[in-house]
Amino acid sequence: MTNNDHIIQVQNLTKSYGSNNVLNGINFNVARGTMLALLGPNGAGKTTTVRILSTLLSFDAGSVSVEGHDVGTEADKVRAVIGLTGQSAAVDELLTGRENLVMMGRLYRLTKNSATARAQELLEEFDLVKAADRPAKTYSGGMRRRLDLAVSLIATPPVIFLDEPTTGLDPRSRLAMWVIIKRLMANGTTILLTTQYLEEADQLADQIIVIDGGKVIAEGTAEELKSKIGKDRLELTFESPEVLKAATKALGTDIIDTNPKAHSATIVINETNVDIKKVLDILSGENIELISMAVHKPTLDDVFLSLTGKQKSTMKAEGK
Amino acid sequence: MAVELEFERKPRPLLALIDSLIMIKRSSTHIIRNTDQLLGTFFQPIMFLVLFAAVFSGAVAAALPKGVSYLNFLMAGIIVQTVAFGSSTTAIAICNDLQKGIVDRFRSLPMSNLAVLNGHVVSDLFRNGISTIVMLLAGLVIGFRSGASFVDWLAIAGLLIIFTLAMSWLAAIAGVVSKSVEGVQWLSFVFIFPLTFASSAFVPTKGMTPVLKAFAENQPITQVVEAVRALMLGTPIGNYGWLSVAWSLGILIVSIPLASWLFRRKTTR
Repeated sequence: MTNNDHIIQVQNLTKSYGSNNVLNGINFNVARGTMLALLGPNGAGKTTTVRILSTLLSFDAGSVSVEGHDVGTEADKVRAVIGLTGQSAAVDELLTGRENLVMMGRLYRLTKNSATARAQELLEEFDLVKAADRPAKTYSGGMRRRLDLAVSLIATPPVIFLDEPTTGLDPRSRLAMWVIIKRLMANGTTILLTTQYLEEADQLADQIIVIDGGKVIAEGTAEELKSKIGKDRLELTFESPEVLKAATKALGTDIIDTNPKAHSATIVINETNVDIKKVLDILSGENIELISMAVHKPTLDDVFLSLTGKQKSTMKAEGK
Repeated sequence: MAVELEFERKPRPLLALIDSLIMIKRSSTHIIRNTDQLLGTFFQPIMFLVLFAAVFSGAVAAALPKGVSYLNFLMAGIIVQTVAFGSSTTAIAICNDLQKGIVDRFRSLPMSNLAVLNGHVVSDLFRNGISTIVMLLAGLVIGFRSGASFVDWLAIAGLLIIFTLAMSWLAAIAGVVSKSVEGVQWLSFVFIFPLTFASSAFVPTKGMTPVLKAFAENQPITQVVEAVRALMLGTPIGNYGWLSVAWSLGILIVSIPLASWLFRRKTTR
């Protein structure tokens, strides 16, 4: 499907390093002024996709265009309309925040006056005025990430790639980053975000695609993805790991996730009343004592879990 | 948005030149901000000059041409050695840029990629220029004298500039191919150290074993040292002048395209 309102178009994108297929035919479009989140564990191909879209990497097959420019053959035109920030970009540590902004502005072909004025504006907007004339190596992690994002916005490109913009940030800096990203969206910027944090995609993105093993395994809005899994979850907590083990055996394949530390297990239920009764019957039949149980609506974590077959804890543990 | 943005409307080659100027400014700022390196720029040459002059002057005196003091003999050698050793700074800076991901940032911009290399090479020329002037001044203080005319000094500057560029572009190759800064330092050490010591930079070649002598007399460092030395001392320059220009240009003709090609290849996969 092609459409002029799709500012980013990716069709059948394929990339491999030798015999290692990193991307196996990825398809997606991003509508102008919206945010698409690429969600997936490390090694899923998120960063590879962003690097291809931002002209940093070549690809083997498929077609990729940004704002109507072919990424393979019109790299310079693509570069003029994109901003890149996150783990694959960086700032110059020996230059001050202001010098970084002005330099990058000039390299985006802004005139000296425009670059200087825009740098000041961004320093104010990103709360970096006090640190503006200090070398970037003295910045905290959060400040550096803000500067990094500010740098990619210097020429107000219509498309921004945010490659894991909040990975490694403390909760406060992450919230500050979200506020900034929401403001960007309000200004009509098209954003492609990659993240391992489901909550981040849930909070920010209009559309989500989940990739794993170089393939798109699901797409839709956060709500659609949740309703795809659809069903409520029943969380059962037991007294000890041994009891949990016995319960796991008794309930069999109905269990989708267990947490040995908390001695708890999660089950998907279709009809709340009937299924809860069934579970309770099985447990009492086996004389297994239950400490507590709770029903909750599915989160994106659950969606991810059921789509990739990977435990959320495994996914986080793989995080860099 | 409050600020109205204006973009440069200039022909491509001019924009590419501006990119290089921006990157030269960046790399030059690095030299000033990097205090450790700044110490190297100012004190290392003085240290070498004073040490060599003090340690070798007695021992080497007998082998020197008549009427030439060791300090006057040494000056050309120590300047060329400093430039050759200093080229590793270019390599380290390029390697650093590649490691830290800032090259990715530059590559996502609509700029000329090779401006990154140009920036480091040209700023290194400035740094070496400062080192050389510091050494000459220090030399004057401890007794260096030269009968060279103004035109001779221009010729010396010219020879040193193309030699410095040649060494920096050669170092750029090391910077691009090395996987770590330690690797770069090792690589420069292995190449530059034997080249500068197995030359006429510090002692005349006539006392060397035949094999070493043959090597020393036919390698680029000796050509440049001898050419600069002849101009400083007012002795006949012979073939050294054009040989050192030929070596420098030869290295540039090979190393500029090679470094650029390797840089492009390394950054697009």
